[in-house]
Amino acid sequence: MTGAGAPVAIGVDVGSTTCKAVVVDRAGAILRHRVEPTHPRTEQQTTRILDELRLAVGCELPIGATGYGRKRVPGATKVLTEITCHARGAFSRVKRAVVLVDMGGQDTKIVRIGPGGDVADFAMNDKCAAGTGRFLEVILGRLQVPFDEVSAHVARARRSVPVSSTCTVFAESEVISLVAQGEELEGILRGLHESLAKRVAALAGVLPADARIVMSGGVALNAAMVDALGAALRREVSVLPDPQLVGALGAALSAS
Amino acid sequence: MSSTRRRVEYEIVKRLVGPALMQVDHAQRRVKSLRKRAAKPAGPFGPPLESVRKLKELMTRHYLEGRYADGAVPVAWVTSGFPVEVLRPLGYHAVYPENHAALCGVQRVVPHLSEATEEVGYARDLCSYARTDIGSVMLQETPVGRLPKPDLLCCCTNICQTVLYWYRSLAAHFQVPLVLIDPPFVYGEAKPHHRQFVRDQLDELLVVAARVAKRRAPSMDEIVGVTKLAREGTRLWGECLAESRNKPAPWTGIDGFFHIAPIVTLRGTAECNAYYRQLRDELRHRVAQGIGGVREEKHRLLWDNLPIWFDVRGMSTLLAEHGFNFVCTSYTNAWAEAGSRIDPADPLGSAVFAYTDIILNQDLGKRFGTLARLAEEYSCDGAVLHSDRSCKPYSIGQLDLKQRLAKQLDIKVMVLEADHGDPRAYAVEQGHGRLTAFMESFS
Ligand code: SF4
Repeated sequence: MTGAGAPVAIGVDVGSTTCKAVVVDRAGAILRHRVEPTHPRTEQQTTRILDELRLAVGCELPIGATGYGRKRVPGATKVLTEITCHARGAFSRVKRAVVLVDMGGQDTKIVRIGPGGDVADFAMNDKCAAGTGRFLEVILGRLQVPFDEVSAHVARARRSVPVSSTCTVFAESEVISLVAQGEELEGILRGLHESLAKRVAALAGVLPADARIVMSGGVALNAAMVDALGAALRREVSVLPDPQLVGALGAALSAS
Repeated sequence: MSSTRRRVEYEIVKRLVGPALMQVDHAQRRVKSLRKRAAKPAGPFGPPLESVRKLKELMTRHYLEGRYADGAVPVAWVTSGFPVEVLRPLGYHAVYPENHAALCGVQRVVPHLSEATEEVGYARDLCSYARTDIGSVMLQETPVGRLPKPDLLCCCTNICQTVLYWYRSLAAHFQVPLVLIDPPFVYGEAKPHHRQFVRDQLDELLVVAARVAKRRAPSMDEIVGVTKLAREGTRLWGECLAESRNKPAPWTGIDGFFHIAPIVTLRGTAECNAYYRQLRDELRHRVAQGIGGVREEKHRLLWDNLPIWFDVRGMSTLLAEHGFNFVCTSYTNAWAEAGSRIDPADPLGSAVFAYTDIILNQDLGKRFGTLARLAEEYSCDGAVLHSDRSCKPYSIGQLDLKQRLAKQLDIKVMVLEADHGDPRAYAVEQGHGRLTAFMESFS
């Protein structure tokens, strides 16, 4: 017998960069969560996380799994793709038709969620890491800027230095040459965000005039990226609560 | 080796060895199937089609005869959309490099053959059919044992312009004549002068094909005879496909990709027609029995473009496990439609229509019309448009088609990026992930 606040399901989202897990109650509130870098042996990692969460809540719960490693989550009772889980997670928070932009480690998804929470349409970047969290990670690593400081850097920029290439490999060399030419770091970072946002906007295609945009995924924690995306889409972009956990939340809700 | 000796060998293979091998194969299978008892449903699929055995027999014989054809009978290498009917009365053995490349795709030898082509400077952006066959010619390697050398190359650009450059390369390699049928691209309706232009080329083809075969030009009676056969074959193929309008569809769209081989390579022959009669009857029987290609058909999809040959099995299993079936495909339908316009009363005049008005030679509006009609006739609740990296003419405009189909028919549509032959241009895991997400969106 479960009441409000009692745990009803676990959701696990095994992404390419991070592994996320949540325990939810019937109303969809997140009671516990875990976020860890994804281990190459995901089966062992998820077994350990699940054991820890079960121990913490003191009972067995149905498990929903999603993400690239979804098929290797031991004991999963529901296995669904990230598209479906992100849509369910997002809809449980906004309860209306929205366009969801999920920027994760290795892919960016645009999901058009209907008024009933259904997936009306979706688009994803194909075969290329440009336009994803990995792209930012590579360049920030090269510039030695920690992820949690990047927004402050971009906010300080006096101007934007255009970065023309959105291919991770070419952008990296382009950025290095801009630094060598004496361009200020802040301006380069802003240019980089703008170019990335334009790529995501191109993926989104033509959006309905009244479309409301929400964002999830680890990259949504970077305020500069949210701003750049809003500018590229010419729309206000709101970030979902716990953006990194939206997929795991959707998986848990599907299993409950 | 003398041509008489080649001819004797060819006839022996055609009349004796081929059928004998098939008898042995047939007997072995019977023993096996007796052991296994009657055909049972295989996983998420319905029981396998009995006709598959006959299909294998037909195609194996075709390629086996091909090994002994050059030097014995005239050999033509022909593009899939070429009016092959005029070659049959002249005794040509027709080889379809596209069909051969598809076979290489299923056997997953495309990267190996293609790399040889790329090494001599052909771009990887070129259609993988072309890269596969050029590589096969250069390396003299093929999963079918041996392809006969052509005496004549027959190219029709009603499918794309790539074939023209591909066949020019073959002409330079084999030092044989190339005949070209070059139908103008059709916006709306083809104009009379377009049709005359194609007609003139057909007349020229007759002369060149006869000269190369060292025979007199075929009589009108002969052309009418083969045209009748081609039309009948096309009609029968269309009837096979139309059985999938029933619920559940008695076979899968993926089955159709394999069973298309005779209408492409043996069109205009009695054996092609006998095969489709058998297949149609089997499908009708399955419909009467309520047997589906997929065991539990829940959703019916339309597929646009060529199949992903190296992943057809994996993909069809994934779909069937979720209760989805591609009940119709624009690709298999193209062969049911084009030939239906052939009229034995006016074989050449009607061939102009048949070979000019095919799906890849038409504007986007007509392509949309075909897709929309198919989706309605086959009661599809979704469509997958394969954006084929190799086949640009088939893939162009698909984003518009997607939006129009979704909006006007109120069905779910996705674009799947892949390649029909080259696994290096497709990530199976990601592709299946996209398809799974698409299927999940139906619930
Ligand atoms: S480009 Fe398309 S139409 Fe042309 S040969 Fe390749 S697959 Fe066929």
